[in-house]
Amino acid sequence: MSDPLTPNGWQRLRALTPARIALGRAGVSLPTAPHLEFQLSHARARKAVHHPLDVEALERGIAGLGLESIVLDSAAPTRAVYLQRPDLGRKLSEASRQRLAARGAPVPCDVAFVVADGLSALAIEANAVGFLGTVVPMLRASGWTVGPVPVVTQARVAIGDEIGAALAASLVVVLIGERPGLSSPDSMGLYLTWAPKPGLTDEARNCISNVRAAGLSYAAAAHKLMFLMNEARRRRLTGVALKDEAETLAGPDTAPHRNFLLGD
Amino acid sequence: MSVYSHVVAGQRHVFASLADLLAKASPERSGDQLAGLAAADAEERVAAQMALADLPLSVFLQEAIVPYEIDEVTRLILDTHDARAFAPVAHLTVGGFRDWLLSDLATAETLAALAPGLTPEMVAAVSKICRNQDLILIASKARVVTRFRNTIGLAGRLSTRLQPNHPTDDPAGIAASILDGLMYGNGDAVIGINPATDSIPGAETLLHMLDEVIRRYDIPTQSCVLTHVTNTIALVERGAPVDLVFQSIAGTEAANRSFGVDLKLLDEGREAGLSLGRGTVGDNVMYCETGQGSALSANAHHGCDQQTLEARAYAVARHLKPLLVNTVVGFIGPEYLYDGKQIIRAGLEDHFCGKLLGVPMGCDICYTNHAEADQNDMDDLLTLLGVAGINFIMGIPGSDDVMLNYQTTSFHDALYLRKVLGRRPAPEFEDWLTRIGIFEGAGLLAEGVPSAFRKAIEGGAAA
Repeated sequence: MSDPLTPNGWQRLRALTPARIALGRAGVSLPTAPHLEFQLSHARARKAVHHPLDVEALERGIAGLGLESIVLDSAAPTRAVYLQRPDLGRKLSEASRQRLAARGAPVPCDVAFVVADGLSALAIEANAVGFLGTVVPMLRASGWTVGPVPVVTQARVAIGDEIGAALAASLVVVLIGERPGLSSPDSMGLYLTWAPKPGLTDEARNCISNVRAAGLSYAAAAHKLMFLMNEARRRRLTGVALKDEAETLAGPDTAPHRNFLLGD
Repeated sequence: MSVYSHVVAGQRHVFASLADLLAKASPERSGDQLAGLAAADAEERVAAQMALADLPLSVFLQEAIVPYEIDEVTRLILDTHDARAFAPVAHLTVGGFRDWLLSDLATAETLAALAPGLTPEMVAAVSKICRNQDLILIASKARVVTRFRNTIGLAGRLSTRLQPNHPTDDPAGIAASILDGLMYGNGDAVIGINPATDSIPGAETLLHMLDEVIRRYDIPTQSCVLTHVTNTIALVERGAPVDLVFQSIAGTEAANRSFGVDLKLLDEGREAGLSLGRGTVGDNVMYCETGQGSALSANAHHGCDQQTLEARAYAVARHLKPLLVNTVVGFIGPEYLYDGKQIIRAGLEDHFCGKLLGVPMGCDICYTNHAEADQNDMDDLLTLLGVAGINFIMGIPGSDDVMLNYQTTSFHDALYLRKVLGRRPAPEFEDWLTRIGIFEGAGLLAEGVPSAFRKAIEGGAAA
């Protein structure tokens, strides 16, 4: 054995999965190149978690869609607190509560989009305005009234309940940065809740996940969301009861490949 | 409810209940702080540990930390306690029990005989006054061996769950990861898929696929699709080839209810698995997953700390005679285990408590990207658990789970551990690896692709 590296003879199978297969080995260990590629991916995912949301750029983007934005923050004052106290990330700060109250009685709307940094501000910076630019014209064309767009930092999904109630929205859709995966630091989730009010739990919501360039496209996500929103409005609910049929009707995103291990 | 106290340097520390004493004695972690149960500072923690060390073990048979009347896990623990097995340590305090466990009185044989006499609260209590090296030394003496199509947990062995997850459950994508894992000598504990889409027809498709792969290549291992036990019962009724029955479990009745299970349903799941008689060398048909913090996250912790409740989950597991119990230690996130130090400590505690209770412990040595942890922390825990004699760990391609979005141990990691500690796969699986040409000689990987897989790879690459 003269070469310290043993490559794997199944590298072409990498086309079948995003998983890190066929990395080869140095002895029994990870060769230098895939080892450092992993470290880079982790560094990017860590950056996604700790990167502060560029709120001003987001406000400009939302204004460009003809929508008003409202800048808010949660009761978690720092990222470190946010990560350890999910309860605080689900509530508005006192200052933000007052800011909403100072706006006076809300004009009821069919839907309010809440943009929240969640665990990946990068996902929001990369996808929120682009996705809203796809879905809002579709909604307007279908006669939906769209409320102002709160932009919330240090926020978890459930903060949309309090905000949606304060905005008198029939339905709230929270756009939030998902927990970054090693291969997907920029993945945005959409959480849909009918009749939002504080105290709801996850069973009351529907979720569309993995909205990003290398995942679910804006058009496909908007299509799924429109379907769920129309069903939610028709049946006056979201959550578990809405889940099964909607996800079945939405269908798989890709056609399956044949399992080669069982080929003849 | 009794009040406990301890005087340190003239200051009296008072603990309102047994649960409070256990919580305050627990090594620092974010989940107990989130619950408002943790010691105020390190000194109060040590005072609690001193008070705990003086407590007779038998107290845990007299005072339940979750009331007997409202919790079936408490009833299971107390109603199935084996007083005769407990006798050799019945006179000891928690501190005396630690000394006993470290001494040569504790051997593989005496620990196995003692296990039915121990309750989760006893082992949780003693773990809280152990340093990491104590958790490793004591656990390394305990052996829990289980069987289905091979034998897991023998001395000198280390098994892996091959976890070939795919974001859309694509059969070829899953097959690519299975092949990768088998070629790296992984997959003897189970080939277990977390399905991306949790439906009965989806799980049925995956089960048939895994069953056909195992039969085609005659692999002495078992499969599992990690779906809710009610789904698996339905799958058994539909005639699907179910090897292991999976369920996430926790340490209180209320937390289990939040998972949609109770003891009766878990028993039904086990019966369904047993009814198929698919094991060839044994009938351990259950695969359970647990993790500190699950009870708090379900608001079902009854004022108890997360580590003690985790140990109570092993009492549920023990009742089910599982093949595998997997503590998914770093998956839950930094609000429960903040950083690498807390994850490592929790992994060692869980393995220790499980083994003392007679549970076949493995560990998903893992972290999420919002935890203060990295690959080096996982290397540390992997090595420590290897020395402690863990039954099995996860194996996935390149440590990156592309469906669940977290990092766990890779196929390479298992080989590292086997190499530095001289561990081998389960014997039946090791024989197969050699027979089919993945291993060459004494546990060394062959350079090339074995002929049995060469044609399949060409077919996959052409697809």
